[in-house]
Amino acid sequence: MIHELQSILARHHGDPTHLLQVLREVQDALTWISPESIDYVADELGLPRARVEGVAGFYSFLHSDAPCRYRLLFSDNITDRMLGNQELLTYLCEKLWVERGHRSEDGLVSVDTTSCTGMCDQGPALLVNGWAIPRLSRERLDRIAELILAQTPVERWPRELFAVEDNIRRADILLDNPMQPGDSLRAVLADGREATLEEIRRSNLRGRGGAGFATALKWEACRDAPGDGANTQRYVVCNADEGEPGTFKDRVLLTTQADLLFEGMTVCAYVVGASGGKTRGFLYLRGEYRYLLEPLNEVLARRRAANVLGRDILGHTGFDFDIEIHLGAGAYVCGEESALIESLEGKRGIPRNRPPFPVTHGYLQRPTTVNNVETFCAAALVTAGGAEWYRSVGTAKSAGSKVLSVSGDCARPGIYEYPFGVTVRQVLEDCGADPGNGGTLAVQISGPSGVCIAADEFDRRIAFEDIATAGAFMVFDASRDMFEVARNFAHFFAHESCGFCTPCRVGTAMLRSTMDKIAEGHGTLYDLAEIEKLDRVLNQSAHCGLGHSACNPTLDTMKRFRPTYERRLKSQDFEPAFDLDGALAAARRMTGRDDAGAHLSTEEA
Amino acid sequence: MSQKLKVATTSLAGCFGCHMSLLDIDERLFTLLELVEFDRSPLTDIKHCGPCDVGLVEGGLCNAENVHVLREFRKNCKILVAVGACAVTGGLPAQRNHLSLADCLQEVYVTEISLEHGGIPNDPELPLPLDKVHPLHEVVKVDYFLPGCPPSADTLWKFLTDLLAGRTPTLGPELIRYD
Amino acid sequence: MTDTFLLDGEDVAFAPGQSVLQAALSAGRYIPHLCYHPEFKPHGSCKVCTVKANGRTAASCTLPAQAGLNVESETGEMNDLRRTLVQMLFAEGNHFCPSCEKSGNCALQALGADLGVMTAGFRHFYPDRPVDASHPDFLLDFNRCILCELCVRASCEVDEKCVFALSGRGIDKHLVVNAASGRLADTNIALSDKAATVCPVGVIIQKRVGFSVPIGQRRYDQRPIRAQALDDAPRQAAASGGCAACEGTA
Repeated sequence: MIHELQSILARHHGDPTHLLQVLREVQDALTWISPESIDYVADELGLPRARVEGVAGFYSFLHSDAPCRYRLLFSDNITDRMLGNQELLTYLCEKLWVERGHRSEDGLVSVDTTSCTGMCDQGPALLVNGWAIPRLSRERLDRIAELILAQTPVERWPRELFAVEDNIRRADILLDNPMQPGDSLRAVLADGREATLEEIRRSNLRGRGGAGFATALKWEACRDAPGDGANTQRYVVCNADEGEPGTFKDRVLLTTQADLLFEGMTVCAYVVGASGGKTRGFLYLRGEYRYLLEPLNEVLARRRAANVLGRDILGHTGFDFDIEIHLGAGAYVCGEESALIESLEGKRGIPRNRPPFPVTHGYLQRPTTVNNVETFCAAALVTAGGAEWYRSVGTAKSAGSKVLSVSGDCARPGIYEYPFGVTVRQVLEDCGADPGNGGTLAVQISGPSGVCIAADEFDRRIAFEDIATAGAFMVFDASRDMFEVARNFAHFFAHESCGFCTPCRVGTAMLRSTMDKIAEGHGTLYDLAEIEKLDRVLNQSAHCGLGHSACNPTLDTMKRFRPTYERRLKSQDFEPAFDLDGALAAARRMTGRDDAGAHLSTEEA
Repeated sequence: MSQKLKVATTSLAGCFGCHMSLLDIDERLFTLLELVEFDRSPLTDIKHCGPCDVGLVEGGLCNAENVHVLREFRKNCKILVAVGACAVTGGLPAQRNHLSLADCLQEVYVTEISLEHGGIPNDPELPLPLDKVHPLHEVVKVDYFLPGCPPSADTLWKFLTDLLAGRTPTLGPELIRYD
Repeated sequence: MTDTFLLDGEDVAFAPGQSVLQAALSAGRYIPHLCYHPEFKPHGSCKVCTVKANGRTAASCTLPAQAGLNVESETGEMNDLRRTLVQMLFAEGNHFCPSCEKSGNCALQALGADLGVMTAGFRHFYPDRPVDASHPDFLLDFNRCILCELCVRASCEVDEKCVFALSGRGIDKHLVVNAASGRLADTNIALSDKAATVCPVGVIIQKRVGFSVPIGQRRYDQRPIRAQALDDAPRQAAASGGCAACEGTA
């Protein structure tokens, strides 16, 4: 064990900011993070043991319980559920003789669920020791079970199991770009740093992560931040921690447009590095996309060889910039930029107090630009094609295109790129859903933290001025129960809350249990009022966007699909918080009683 | 005021300490008795309560009988008050909530060597314990909460006199104690 | 001219770098708070000190004071919010005041009473949190932990021992100690540590001195928390605001 740990730590040069990366590799090597390995890593990195334990305990893909050779995590987004993941999970558990959520006694295998793994267009999906397997079926699970029972190492499983489709259904200026590596960089090196920033500004490019902050403003603020003095180091970070359930467009961009992305990051480094200090880049890749790490590193190597990355880029003396990829480990909250930075520093992914903002005090408290994958790609397009051209696409207020991840009840799930301004109805028609005639019931746009709309709003547009979105587009037809959709999302938020602030830590857990109470048939109007109260508290006081939006899916569906809630309310009056008769079950079993007095009716006699 | 207010009181999974605290209002009891008439209460020994204005319930819910009594109070009392730490939070009995009920029964009646003729009692006359102890508001709607172990005589007095005078009861920080 | 902001309609002067809460307390104006401690860098996790500033809610402990800011604090809306947050904390842990040695010295309890909290209101979580009595001088009762991280911060920033840290996530977040055994006895905490006395609730309890001051004569029995918070306000920050050991830069 020591030998394996030594080589891991050597690879990371004993750098404490690599703690999360080190722990990921320890997990891979030993199948768990044992107490002894925590001691060893803490010693070698010079960190307090409790700090290492705290990081190991934060991320879902790090396991400190016990060794386990095959950890299977079924993606549990609502779209996976709609494709039958629960039934498949049960099927696999029965085949493997394991109980869901528990390790087999011989330590061979465990089967559990995880938040959306970004395979909604080809679900249901699972991760085996972190490697994605989409398009699950009984037939594929039979093969997986055989491989596990034969104890075949995952690296020797058939490649075909891990094949991920791109499913690009509609390409526009981004996905259909004719660019070659270096095209944007040659343009910006010819124009100069100031003119490049000006071009980005004139293009009206706004962040694609959902919030829509003006990209030029962010870059300029980072460039102008004093940092820790002259020649301060600046950081360019790509947020590829695409965790919003229902979103998978970054997966496809990272697969098909990695050069464009790295080009955009390099353009950004050129702009923010105007003061002469060094710049350095990170790609923070969500753990679910572990399989993309090697291909992306190959692209980086090719770019270094082509001198569009590394030292003296394209012969421009002093223009040095390189990019390092860090992997996440199963924490949605790290998509929040300051939590992402904490995670990059090898810490628990807790959103920071702001101000100060990352542009002035980001990675290692130095000026840092964090942008979404799609934003960097778009920036590369702008600098190659020009602001005028870019603004000619989209609407007056939303320039360019938006890549949508379409999944759910439609004939052709996959990636759809449209100029901004496209109507929801258009997208529904293109993807083979049925927006008219009572076909499509609802669309959840931008994931659980976005908005849920019903048929009367299908003429609304995808644009910053109407429905802003990070890209998720989940379609639900009339056979779906929107309460169950909202309940799935409530579970998601409770699972992903970082626990830093009181309202989110406690409130998301309360929302989850209230939704479960309603699902079990014990809900009343009081519970609906309690949800509204939780929403107020979370909106007023939660630390970050996760908490602010945690009640959105519930409130949206309560407003638009109220009958699905009311149908479940046993009575309009007060209802116990738990199943009264069920609460006597243990005592009945222990006493062997089953007389009338050994039962409690749920309703008052 | 032409008619006296009807008040019922009971102790569920409690220790009667809150009732003792009510008695601790001392000579103010005489004033209270001019304003109220007690229905079901350990003070009257009336076994079931009829329609009442106010129900004061001490103790949390640890067994089926507690649930029945609480429901009787909720049904009959216009205003239901959770009195004391146990009624408000589950209190001392709820300290067993992190233990499994089956383990508790096993330990107390079977495993424990000092009980020669052990065995878990199964007489239908005995109320069955709930797997967890709950505060009142998890089973019925509660109108007012009086924390404290017990709420002091002054707290009870201030609360009752506000209520009897038709005011919304308000307690200052000095009268709100959780211990 | 000194810069000022408005707090409930009255001018409050502030020094550069102060947050709204720090400036308010320095000026003798109370804003209810819990995880804030005058000797430490504001943390911003409990959210009890939330105010409305220019119409937007924010935790006042981390909100930088700005000239002209219009801050509303003593409003029904903000106090309702604070009550709910305190109720959430009571429902989350096992806060059984009648048997707690910290009763009367407990900030959560004092704050609850001050805000008029009569019940946790919500369904109680009743988490299973075993106590740690391994250390000869301390009892750790995690049942009462409100995750304010004051012990973490004190042990790191003042004592430079990093005895405490947080692990887990969401509702499963919990305090851990710096020992492979997970037992406080195997750490180097000492009675003289800042971390030994900083807990605002009853998690870190010193052994053998229990109830030496009778209930009824304790800190918040004397004067309400809102008055005592103002006594504390002018104190100088003793903590560095960061931990070199945990940053790996020690």
